[in-house]
Amino acid sequence: MSGLADHDRRRILVIGADTFWGGRVAQAFEADEKIEVIVGLGATDPSVALDRTDFVKVSDHAYSTLNRIVSAIGADTIVHTGLMVDSTLGSSNRLHDTNVIGTLNLLAAAGAPGSTVRKLVVKSSGLVYGATSRDPYAFTESMTRSGPPRTSVERSLLDAEALVWDFAQDSPGVDVTLLRFANVLGADLNTPLSRNLSRSVCPSLFGYDPLLQFIEQGDVVRALVHATLRAEAGTFNVGGAGRLPLSEVASICGTRIVPLPPWQVGMYAGPLGRLGVFDLPPELVPLLRYGRGMDTKRFADTGFEYRYSSVEAVHAFARAIRLRKGAGRPGEQFTYQEDVEHFLRHARSVARPPTERAEPEPAGPELP
Amino acid sequence: MVGVGEHKPAVTDTRLPVDPAAENGNRANGAAQDPDPTAPHANSSRFSDVDEWGRSERMRRLARQLYDPIYRSWFRVEWEGLEKIPTEGGALLVADHAGAIPHDAPVIMHGIESELDRAVYGMADYFFRTVPVIGTMWSRTGGVVANPHNAYRLLREQGQLALVFPEGTKGPSKTFAERYQLRRFGRGGFVEIAMRAGVPIVPIAVVGSEEAMPILFRIPALGRLLRLPYFPVTANMVAMGPLGILVPFPAKLKLRVMDPVTFDVPPDLGRYSGSKVMEAAEKIRADLQQTVYDLLSERRSVWFG
Repeated sequence: MSGLADHDRRRILVIGADTFWGGRVAQAFEADEKIEVIVGLGATDPSVALDRTDFVKVSDHAYSTLNRIVSAIGADTIVHTGLMVDSTLGSSNRLHDTNVIGTLNLLAAAGAPGSTVRKLVVKSSGLVYGATSRDPYAFTESMTRSGPPRTSVERSLLDAEALVWDFAQDSPGVDVTLLRFANVLGADLNTPLSRNLSRSVCPSLFGYDPLLQFIEQGDVVRALVHATLRAEAGTFNVGGAGRLPLSEVASICGTRIVPLPPWQVGMYAGPLGRLGVFDLPPELVPLLRYGRGMDTKRFADTGFEYRYSSVEAVHAFARAIRLRKGAGRPGEQFTYQEDVEHFLRHARSVARPPTERAEPEPAGPELP
Repeated sequence: MVGVGEHKPAVTDTRLPVDPAAENGNRANGAAQDPDPTAPHANSSRFSDVDEWGRSERMRRLARQLYDPIYRSWFRVEWEGLEKIPTEGGALLVADHAGAIPHDAPVIMHGIESELDRAVYGMADYFFRTVPVIGTMWSRTGGVVANPHNAYRLLREQGQLALVFPEGTKGPSKTFAERYQLRRFGRGGFVEIAMRAGVPIVPIAVVGSEEAMPILFRIPALGRLLRLPYFPVTANMVAMGPLGILVPFPAKLKLRVMDPVTFDVPPDLGRYSGSKVMEAAEKIRADLQQTVYDLLSERRSVWFG
């Protein structure tokens, strides 16, 4: 009802633009000329080169800061890619701060009086479903997990989702689209599972061979863009079709399975992780036991087309591993230089071809 | 993934023979997918034939080879009315359940798969999945967690045969003194699933499994300690020692397939009348009990039938 029309010139705010996903989503938005303004918010420097995205480094995601930024740019869309789904990236305090407090502040800013926000896209994870022996073959969006959350990541994600749904109820004028992604594999992405699969030996729990569902990293970005520009409000599972056992994933990736004791995993998982032998964060352990499947029909019904099924995502990842092993280390990756980016965007001396923007503006966004 | 791979150009197809269930499932899930020329390395070749349920037809074949001597020579299984099992489309097979480590499930699955060449998914308590090695083997050989969503998908969306034991663990945990006295049929969930999936229920009466592994008594404290649904002390353990945990007595197993039960209700309703469900469940239980009694009264010898 309140959805943005397709012809609207969108003003998009990307939260977590310094993260892997935020940066790539912003890049994807840059290619769309109908998107007028892209502003990226992040706590650290962006990891990918951004062309026309205005990046703002905010040290804290405090309400007052977010509120000022949202109203200053007159954002009609917020894409929240900042939720942490990997506990190896920070302490449980940081997880809570980022996922719960960060989302709380963001939603407060988006719902402030006079807010122009009409669309909110949140990138969540299939982790909210957990992984237990009682699980159905695939979770649909309306199902709830079979047991209580036992890890800090799962708890903080569930809390964040609850906040998002409270916001959706309180703000009937905003279309809220929440995406729950399957495990992601990709050439550039670094997750505990992908690190395990890249090693010559990959840990498993003795006697268990879980069925896993994957999505390729490019499909994740495309799904976020699709959700922002086309999909309606609601919760959607996003993952490649089909599932395959961990043993098969390992053989496709050319790694050897090392079965670890299936009991008292917590006793050795932490030390092994710190030593860098294996990555066994607590949220990965149930997955290595029981796997997880998500029914992705609802998102496909919105018109999204996957490029990779689960098996194809694993094959694509295996290619990337082989390339990484076969070729030498690539040269310097992108480094963000604030002054250069500022100069390119705002200096008068920068020549701008008239075709660069759909609506020719001689000097780009004006500085106040 | 198989369903999608079929449309993709330049795929080196090293696929193994895959269970039709996998094909159906993948198609259902990936129907909206499209061959995409911009995915240059899309390779969908599988290294195993494990389907979305965890079942592997190759493992199933191996299990059949290993189980065949037990089926033929040990239990000398005899079927009656096998032709009543539908040769296509979904159907819910319902049977009585007995014997400390019940052999009725593998016998029914083995019999239908080798005689009718149709896959049977055996639905059981999630407890199996929690046990290392056994859980994986159980899943690879056709075990599926008994869950309404799973049953609906198997029966309605994939038109498969699913086998359930409505007595649950109450069936195989009963002692020899209570033999062939069918326990409560749960909450009638199996009837509701069949109604929702729009498939018939085919009851199968089994005799012989009680005598294959008779329970003398149970030790509940040990069951709790080992986190097992029940801890039985069987006659096999008394006779054979530790070996008796695994080895059943060579009782003759007889199975009688009863007439399929159909329901005149539309499928896919959110809720079905409780009285209708319970009435049907009671009727099926009573008929199954009576058929078990019939088989027992026709049986001259426990060992020779």
